[in-house]
Amino acid sequence: MRPTLYKNARLLDPASRLDTKGGVLVRDGHIAEVGPQVFVDAIQDDVEVIDCGGRCLAPGLVDMRAQTREPGEEHMETLASLQAAAVAGGVTTLATLPNTTPIIDDVSILEFVERLAQEVGLINIHPYAAATKGMKGQEMTEVGLLAGSGAVGFTDGTKAIADPVVMRRLLSYATMFGKPVIQHPEEPSLAREGCATEGETATRLGLPGIPACAEVMMVERDLQLVRLTGGRYHAAHVSTGAAIDAIRKAKAEGLNVTCDTAPQYFALNELAIVDYRTFARMSPPLRSEADRQAVVAGLADGTVDAIASDHNPEDQDSKRLPFAQAIPGAVGLETLLPISLGLVHDGSMELLDVLDRLTVRPARILGLEVGTLAAGAWADLVLFEPDRAVRIDADRFRSKSKNSPFDGKPAQGRVWRTVYRGRTVFDLEAEEPRTRREPAHA
Amino acid sequence: MTSAISPGPATALSDGSRYPYRHLLGIEGLTRPDIDFLLDRADGFVEQNRQADKKASTLRGRTLINLFFEDSTRTRTSFELAGKRLGGDVINMSVSTSSIKKGETLIDTAMTLNAMHPDALVVRHADSGAVHLLAEKVNCSVVNAGDGTHEHPTQALLDALTIRRRRGSLEGLEVAICGDVAHSRVARSNIHLLSIMGARVRVVAPPTLLPAGIDRMGVEVHHDMEAGLAGCDIVMMLRLQTERMKGSYVPSIREYFRYYGLDEDKLKVAKPDALIMHPGPMNRGVEIDSVVADDISRSLIREQVEMGVAVRMAVLEILVTNQTEPWAKNQ
Repeated sequence: MRPTLYKNARLLDPASRLDTKGGVLVRDGHIAEVGPQVFVDAIQDDVEVIDCGGRCLAPGLVDMRAQTREPGEEHMETLASLQAAAVAGGVTTLATLPNTTPIIDDVSILEFVERLAQEVGLINIHPYAAATKGMKGQEMTEVGLLAGSGAVGFTDGTKAIADPVVMRRLLSYATMFGKPVIQHPEEPSLAREGCATEGETATRLGLPGIPACAEVMMVERDLQLVRLTGGRYHAAHVSTGAAIDAIRKAKAEGLNVTCDTAPQYFALNELAIVDYRTFARMSPPLRSEADRQAVVAGLADGTVDAIASDHNPEDQDSKRLPFAQAIPGAVGLETLLPISLGLVHDGSMELLDVLDRLTVRPARILGLEVGTLAAGAWADLVLFEPDRAVRIDADRFRSKSKNSPFDGKPAQGRVWRTVYRGRTVFDLEAEEPRTRREPAHA
Repeated sequence: MTSAISPGPATALSDGSRYPYRHLLGIEGLTRPDIDFLLDRADGFVEQNRQADKKASTLRGRTLINLFFEDSTRTRTSFELAGKRLGGDVINMSVSTSSIKKGETLIDTAMTLNAMHPDALVVRHADSGAVHLLAEKVNCSVVNAGDGTHEHPTQALLDALTIRRRRGSLEGLEVAICGDVAHSRVARSNIHLLSIMGARVRVVAPPTLLPAGIDRMGVEVHHDMEAGLAGCDIVMMLRLQTERMKGSYVPSIREYFRYYGLDEDKLKVAKPDALIMHPGPMNRGVEIDSVVADDISRSLIREQVEMGVAVRMAVLEILVTNQTEPWAKNQ
């Protein structure tokens, strides 16, 4: 393959805090050179030159929490549609939950899914394996063997690992293999009947509530077990200020804990469910405005390590139901970047910091050598225009499911091109040729 | 429009007031003139219902469907009578939710019924918001006859009519709503309606039977029955909804009656002419003592049932007539 030169870009590399005009030279799937000195005249070889028109060039996004529906429920999402949605959203590294049918709790199923994903071949998918057999929360899976076959972490997906004895053993054992245990932090007995955060909104709507403290209760219990075991713990989609405070203190204490959140928890609050909008039914449920602001603050100060899409494809039949019966969750791969860039546009965070939570930080949690623009790294890139006004249109999602709470909403930020290991896997101009190409800074 | 369908009542009064919607999905969001308009019309039906010939023809040729996903005798009968007294054709459908997957039945049934061109659907469902969902799928008027723990607007309207006929107005009244507020759609609709109409509302219940954030709905919260009833004009008792309860909210019926059951003793602190209401069906000896419930000088419980038919006649007539009005909005 000919080397490719991406010239005239705004280079953004959160790992090295690089933010400068320049170019990237890609050779054999790797970054050969990066920086302001990289321009056409300096390149001797016969190279393909791509003019970035001043747009932002950053490491491809690393999304540490997404759900596929293949195997099992391919009408909602296949590994092919999942990857297509990922690259359209600028994502080049994707970790998927084990809650498929069958559940990924066994080496043969894990390897089968990895092979299916590779056959699609747009990007690599890194599955998590179930933490317990059948995600029943009782017996540990073959953690060592699964880790050896590529599992990047252990989780029971959208279910909390409720039994403290099971959690204790997982934290002790999985850490031996360097893999995190990923928790859905919600005390299940408090959450059992609920479908919205307890409070005025749920009361007005007559919906059974889950007290917000169900989250911090589970996080604090788990932190005690981390203290006990020295385990490697990750709290997924944290959504309350109390849980973030607990994690902030644990980090200050030196515990090996991390957490992520999802765009709905910093871009929406519980008022999104008024009118019984089932597309805004989430698990954990959307929170109060005070908690939303606490999530923003946690992201800004780095307590919240990563922004994950929490991509959760559901079909119409799962959502066109009375609120309490609807399945929670939203697709998120194709809105991950524009909604996250909202944090930059409203002045909450610097662009480099938002990209840090979307690239190198989640990559480190997963133990993957991706998410940077360093010379010698894999050439996983996203070319995007941070200010470009867009209207989220779920009908145009590559994902097979359209359940987005952001559908129809205006946002800013558009992915122009996604490159995986030097190969262009998404090109907006090729996919949607009618889109006029305008200079980014006219 | 054929002449076979008699012209309905004036959809707007000479002063321009009218009920602006095609549906009645809840009290929240209505205004004082909206509610007055409905109550004024209902008042007119009270006398008609006391005549030997109760039949009108305003809804002749119109089809009304009572679609009940939850068991009900009283409310369904009340709506059925209301529709028939207006000359409409009324069909009752009870859909069991236990045997089939619930959501499929809701949308599927709505679409099926919609294809038969009914003029109004009266819907009760065990899930909050289910009636809203259904209203989005059909072309006819929809009346919420109770959805989960959300709203039961015709109950609040009939309570208001009952009070208004006794006291002339709701303005400034002190109303205590007592009992299982957490599981009560009647309580929510009444809190909205009474607040809109200028009454002051207190809720009286143990904390386990109060929903979180209820104080944000503009009510005074009491856990002690005596403090809650002190000086009040109206006592609204709620049924202890054991069928909606998952787990134990109060230790026992005996203990509940001891602290929250309405008897003559607890009633002493209310105003001497305080009136007693209950949406029915009553659990005698659980939330209300028989002596109090049957005291004809104070108990409005039977009158509430009578007003129920009049209110539902007004609602059905106004909604069905509004349906063809270009200005009528979806609620």
